[in-house]
Amino acid sequence: MPTYQITVNGVSQSVDVAADTPLLWVLRDHLDLVGTKYGCGINVCSACTVHVDGTAMRSCTMTLEQVEGKSITTIEGLSEFGEHPVQQAWKEIDVPQCGYCQAGQIMTASAFLEGNPNPTEDEIKNAMNGNICRCASYNRIYRAVEKAAENMR
Amino acid sequence: MATNTKMAFSRRAFMRTTSLAGGGMLIGFNLFQACKPQVKIEPPVDLSNLDYKDFNAFIKIAENGVVTIFSPNPEIGQGVKTSMPMIIAEELDVAWKNVHVVQGKLDTENFTRQVAGGSQSLRQGWDALRQTGATAKQMLVNAAAARWGVEASQCTVSEGVITNPNGETLGYGEVVTEAAQLEVPENVTLKKPKDYKIIGKDAQNVDIDEIITGKPLFGLDYKTEGMVYAAVVRPPAFGQKLTSFDASEAKSMPGVLEVLTIGDKARKLIEAQPNIANILSTSDKVVVVAKTTWQAFKAKESIEAAWEDDVKMESTEDHDKVMNELLDGQEFNTMREDGNVEKAFAEADQILERTYEAPFLPHNCMEPMNFYAHITDEKVHLVGPIQTPAWKAGAVSAMLDRKPEEIELEMTRQGGGFGRRLYGDFVLEAAEIADKIRKPVKVVYTREDDMNDGIYRMALKYRIKAGIKDGKVTAYHLKEAAVNSNMYGLIPNFFPAGAIENYKVDAAVYKSNITTGAWRAPYTNFLAFAEQSFFDELAELMDVDKVQMRIDLLKKVDAEADERIQYSPERMIKVIETAVEKSGWGTKPSNVYQGFVNYYCHNTHVAEVADVEIENGQPVIKKVTCVVDCGIVVNPLGALNQIEGGILDGIGHAMYGDFGFENGKPLASNYDRYRLIRMKEAPMVETHFIENEIAPTGLGEPTLPPAGGAVANALKAATGNRLYKQPFAKFPELLKPKKQEIIG
Ligand code: FES
Ligand code: FES
Repeated sequence: MPTYQITVNGVSQSVDVAADTPLLWVLRDHLDLVGTKYGCGINVCSACTVHVDGTAMRSCTMTLEQVEGKSITTIEGLSEFGEHPVQQAWKEIDVPQCGYCQAGQIMTASAFLEGNPNPTEDEIKNAMNGNICRCASYNRIYRAVEKAAENMR
Repeated sequence: MATNTKMAFSRRAFMRTTSLAGGGMLIGFNLFQACKPQVKIEPPVDLSNLDYKDFNAFIKIAENGVVTIFSPNPEIGQGVKTSMPMIIAEELDVAWKNVHVVQGKLDTENFTRQVAGGSQSLRQGWDALRQTGATAKQMLVNAAAARWGVEASQCTVSEGVITNPNGETLGYGEVVTEAAQLEVPENVTLKKPKDYKIIGKDAQNVDIDEIITGKPLFGLDYKTEGMVYAAVVRPPAFGQKLTSFDASEAKSMPGVLEVLTIGDKARKLIEAQPNIANILSTSDKVVVVAKTTWQAFKAKESIEAAWEDDVKMESTEDHDKVMNELLDGQEFNTMREDGNVEKAFAEADQILERTYEAPFLPHNCMEPMNFYAHITDEKVHLVGPIQTPAWKAGAVSAMLDRKPEEIELEMTRQGGGFGRRLYGDFVLEAAEIADKIRKPVKVVYTREDDMNDGIYRMALKYRIKAGIKDGKVTAYHLKEAAVNSNMYGLIPNFFPAGAIENYKVDAAVYKSNITTGAWRAPYTNFLAFAEQSFFDELAELMDVDKVQMRIDLLKKVDAEADERIQYSPERMIKVIETAVEKSGWGTKPSNVYQGFVNYYCHNTHVAEVADVEIENGQPVIKKVTCVVDCGIVVNPLGALNQIEGGILDGIGHAMYGDFGFENGKPLASNYDRYRLIRMKEAPMVETHFIENEIAPTGLGEPTLPPAGGAVANALKAATGNRLYKQPFAKFPELLKPKKQEIIG
């Protein structure tokens, strides 16, 4: 099995896995970072969203070859104690229902706001449209993104 | 009124206190009635050694005054892990910030309703939780009063601090040890709602910090030393059985530890408990055990399995045909009958008859089914997301022929439930695998497994017929045809039962080998759409005001005279009138098309108004105004989340939820072909509560059923087309705006 050198949450790690192993499962099963969630495995729900060099990407269909040499951030590394303005907004608005999709939602929102600190309603809705929330907490996700943008200004 | 559950409590029977080895006081209590009262905990008790034999819930008060509540109800996203402890904390009179909440383990022997489902948790726990908190508080006060040598009645309490008439104070922590030795008082006073400090105030989800930082909370996140992963090859179609398989490639794949089959034990269990066949396949399944999830998934894909058609292979077309035959036929089970509908129809001036159709639906919990099991000669250890822990622990005990006390079941947080995690077929699977391999193992469903080995909302149809005479609705006949099971309980007595003189509910069933079960708000999740669409059409036919027609019907109901009628016409009229006011019903500009519904289910009264506007030539659901009477709102912040989620879930499935079968094979297996509502399709929800002091009822379900109806009625206003079949998006030609809109 090939060895890959990847940087996750600022730590360089070497992992031996089959070349087709998605980043999602390396994070969850090899590195014990289970905050990143499995939802569909086929790139359509965004439960598995992480940042790769600051861009929100779905980790369930991403191989290690694609992320070698890049900097990966997971929900565990977004901030040390949950103090990132997006996490704080999520807490303030009390977004989660079951909570399962929320790491992915937070990762999408945080990368989005980094590139667009003053989003319009449509821009927020477009940016978050890829993330399914089966509990349909969409009203609060929307308000939390708005709130986070406010907090970040 | 029948909405308040009355429970008689004997304090001694339902709670007991004891001091803890490490200091502090432990209060064990039985959250729901019918728990076994025999209590044999002798002080001092070490909490870590305590098994939950005698009680199903515990409160620990430490010497530093910190209160830990062991919440016994499974949390599936409906917020009971927050709202139930709030009720205890209120009566105990402690600051909410000093309260910690921990998910309790299962007491396999004595618990009664450690089940999340039916929006009942809060309703049933209301009295028990208040009594427990108040009794514990009284004991602490009694202990302090004894130390001071004053009357307990002279002491006051605020946020865990007891004050005597001389102004001296003692914290709960300072008197717990003495309090634990006291007799449990029989008569305690409960607070008046106006004095509530915690109930009625916003409290965040107790797991919020863990959720936003990605801590391991869910079943899928659970790990133990040496744990391996199992992926299961299941019959690709309902009605198929495994004949042979070739696992040679799988066995040589990296990380694969073994390949085995399971099924014997499940079949044995079915023999002993035939009912369980409703949720279990009798086929063998091939199991791949590997070091990681991905290795197990990959190896599973490589297995060449051969299947034979064992029984009839069913398709959606067959179900459709058979349900039509049932509706046209005479084989009904009559669930309620008032007057004589046939006679009233014969005498009617006008008749309206409509048929409504709904497909199967998978639950699609965001966290796929999974369960951990580790089985040794001494113990059966099960961990994971399950809504019915006791039922499953019992089934595992029967299946593996193990004593109930050898089974330990722990619940994790659950990534959605919606009814799916009531069934626990995945628990049995994990147990059968773990029993064979004798290693700690977690069974993980792929999304495809989850969607295709489901326990679906059954496909069903409603046919409603009404008779009108002299401008009045004189007859109402509701017929249900459903796959596998029919509506039950009090549903046939929901509105308009009691409002129409000649009234009949008939149900017919077709037994299928496709597994079906409860799906968030069973039956009503579709019935509400059917009836509320029908009322609208009836009002159009009668040329009367749609809302007034509903109110007029409600005014005819004498709920006191008929104990089967659980809804309150007065509470319903109140939510309707409030919804009219809050939604601006009838006063909107002509580009806003509104749809009105009101509904009662799960003990809660709801009215909803959907606003549809035309954007880019398409009707768009912009807003839903919702008015809810759920009694006292324990945690408004959590309640609003449930209400919004229920409405959007209802709209999502009414609009897009489509699932069917061809020769037993499901037609969608992942979110690419099964559409769930997303951010852009989600309207904003505005909620208003009716304030009263009635015991609280649940909110996990009641706002969902009417949402599809509100949207359908608004779409009718916008497009001129009535929708009779779900999902609406399947009929794009019916979703085109009225002509003038396109021109304008
Ligand atoms: S799990 Fe990656 S997009 Fe769904
Ligand atoms: S909170 Fe449950 S899936 Fe989003």
